[in-house]
Amino acid sequence: MTELVRMTAIEKRFPGVHALRNVSFELNAGEVHALMGENGAGKSTLMKVLSGIYAPDSGAISVAGQEVSIGGPRAAQALGIGIIHQELALMPDLSVAQNIFIGREPRNRWGVLDEARLNRDAEAIFAQMKVPMDPRATVRGLTIARQQMVEIAKALSFRSRVLIMDEPTAALNEAETNELFTIIRGLKAEGVGVIYISHKMDEICRISDRVTVMRDGAYVGTVDAATTPISTIIAMMVGRELDQVHIEIPDLSGAAVALRVEGLQAGRMVRNVSFEVRAGEILGFAGLMGAGRTEVARAVFGADPTSGGEITVHGRKVSIKSPQHAVQAGIGYLSEDRKHFGLALGLDLRANIAMTSLDRVSDRFGRIDDRALARVARDFIASLAIRTPSDRQEVRLLSGGNQQKVVVAKWLLRNCDILIFDEPTRGIDVGAKAEIYRLLQNLAAEGKAIIVISSELPEILRLSHRIAVMCEGRLTGFLPGGPGTTQEQIMHLATAREKAVEGAPA
Amino acid sequence: MTTATAPANAVSRLRASGAHQKLLAFASLIVLVVFFSLASPNFLQTSNVLGILQATSVNGVLAIAATLVIITGGIDLSVGTLMTFTAVTAGVVLTYWGLPLPLGVLGAVAAGAACGATSGTLVAKMKIPPFIATLGMMLILKGLSLVISGTKPIYFNDTPAFYQISAGSLIGMVVPAFPVPNGVLILFAVALGIGWMLSRTLLGRYCFALGSNEEAVRLSGVNTDLWKIRIYALAGGICGIAGLLIASRLNSAQPALGLGYELDAIAAVVIGGTSLAGGRGSVLGTIIGALIMSVLLNGLRILSVAQEWQTVVTGLIIIAAVYADMLRRRRAG
Repeated sequence: MTELVRMTAIEKRFPGVHALRNVSFELNAGEVHALMGENGAGKSTLMKVLSGIYAPDSGAISVAGQEVSIGGPRAAQALGIGIIHQELALMPDLSVAQNIFIGREPRNRWGVLDEARLNRDAEAIFAQMKVPMDPRATVRGLTIARQQMVEIAKALSFRSRVLIMDEPTAALNEAETNELFTIIRGLKAEGVGVIYISHKMDEICRISDRVTVMRDGAYVGTVDAATTPISTIIAMMVGRELDQVHIEIPDLSGAAVALRVEGLQAGRMVRNVSFEVRAGEILGFAGLMGAGRTEVARAVFGADPTSGGEITVHGRKVSIKSPQHAVQAGIGYLSEDRKHFGLALGLDLRANIAMTSLDRVSDRFGRIDDRALARVARDFIASLAIRTPSDRQEVRLLSGGNQQKVVVAKWLLRNCDILIFDEPTRGIDVGAKAEIYRLLQNLAAEGKAIIVISSELPEILRLSHRIAVMCEGRLTGFLPGGPGTTQEQIMHLATAREKAVEGAPA
Repeated sequence: MTTATAPANAVSRLRASGAHQKLLAFASLIVLVVFFSLASPNFLQTSNVLGILQATSVNGVLAIAATLVIITGGIDLSVGTLMTFTAVTAGVVLTYWGLPLPLGVLGAVAAGAACGATSGTLVAKMKIPPFIATLGMMLILKGLSLVISGTKPIYFNDTPAFYQISAGSLIGMVVPAFPVPNGVLILFAVALGIGWMLSRTLLGRYCFALGSNEEAVRLSGVNTDLWKIRIYALAGGICGIAGLLIASRLNSAQPALGLGYELDAIAAVVIGGTSLAGGRGSVLGTIIGALIMSVLLNGLRILSVAQEWQTVVTGLIIIAAVYADMLRRRRAG
């Protein structure tokens, strides 16, 4: 087997951080090599070294047997190393073809852009990938999955032999992930080596040949993907075996219904949706991306206008026209985009927790009682086990999992006992995920009604007492939680379309 | 691509290109013209129409300069005083130094490009936010205009041809009934040139690319700093053309003039549908925006609306234009 890349004893220090410690990595032609590790393990740093964004302090890199020094992104491209960043690096206002050839635009001999050749060249790449795509389409109008195809086409246009993919499926649904995998297998067959970074275990098993695990900036080991059990890989990542969690489903037949939604209508994405959640229950919302789950949550929370339906909270009919009404009714919504909607990152923990409840810690002249504020903050730090040096720590310095806890504290302080979590573990590493799961289970055990929206079926199955499945804006069915329910059953409901849509783009 | 999907793609491209906003702006322009011509018989008189066009020429050229910078996601507050600075530069070259006309023209455009390149360097290399960098340049150039002119207007009486740059009429020599001033021709020439450049050259491509996602362009190995400096320099050079136009029309370089022109220019850009967030915009939209402002001011003046109210109406129009765009986007959203 031909060796494409060999990185040996790579060292990289940043001020105050030893980011890479004696890390080695190799990639063969026609191989998908998964790179795994918790957030901050050094995967992205290592790949930035390989793609010329960072220069290593020491160590050697050879490409196709030749020792090289990679001076910058351009040099990496010239060596045939392409990277697809986690945050897609596209220009949304430009066309597909313009994006692919940015910086290398074909021009005629007067220096005028040759748009026809640009589009032709782009078309040829998509033909090679066997992906139907209009090179003239504006990128803004494409789905995330289609945008990813553009990124891949861009990488291939450099005749890349090495393709680095950093969490490529983070925003993709099952069908789109399958499509991506088909393309990756095609690339493999042509001898391209793929370095695949992901947190999703099931994907790693499906697509990769070998797995290299990193922890705290150091190399832990490389194993064969087919023969190594997932628990071993996780153990390598976290440095300990995670115990298999058995979900216990409480008997809630006697519990009061906390939230009842009947015939909810909102735009095209929420069509006649009815469900209820009992106090102490965790209701999982499963479905493909774009099934309307977030839209249901936003409609219930009053963030988007509704065109019909009734919402009952603790047996009382409520009219929710804005998030303010929802909060008054005791409903909290934890957006998937914590940084955007959930937190003031530059403020400390204390200020964030009290954000929506400042009236409780201030007197009637609006003066804030700092002591009361500190007391409240410390209570939550203790009860939710938030890992922080103090309640004065700026929230942006906390890990994703701890940030999530701060958001939870904020809503609990507001006396919300119906909590809607939208993708609660997105961007959170494996170790912290378990903690978030425990937190949700504890909240339910305390009698809160919990709704969890997640695109990851294992997460839905691990958490939910009951599972609601959506497809194209409709609630297509309920399934019981627990080991009796399979991913296949959920997928069946998630793809229960009203009628097959003709000519939908691939 | 199959032929069946082509029309749908054409529609989505139309939508993405901001053509809706341009159509809306164009429709508003027509409505204004129809309204004023019904309200006053004088409005559509040849002399008045030519007056409107002449009045648009300076603001239109400045607005084209502002469009370039705004498409990159920046803002240029210095276009007004830069215009004055280049006008004064032409005055110094032609009147104080007594050099021939072409050198005066060259001097104004070169001074504009140099100042633009300076702003661009402040933004690209020193990472000063465009708002601050060009605010500083705005004041610097205002002061320098007064310094190099000796704080008094410079007249071009020794160079009679200078007046012809804006006020003369090549078309009038051929069609005496419709003597379109040269200033208007220059506006349309600049518009055509920059419009072509935006769609057909690397500089134009990188204008949109930078405004769309600068980091992505940089990661693609493009020297984004250099392109940004070039774009600001080009915008500066265009301000030099505006400087020549206004100096020619007034047959003098007025060093105290210029402040406030940048806001009219930015207003024209915004009314024309160019997004202040960057990545989207067009010269055609900007020209329509500039025409809307001139037609409005001219029409209100003909209807004897007091000047202070004209300003109020202009402000309302800007807000209405952007609000209409927001509504459209929300619906498309």
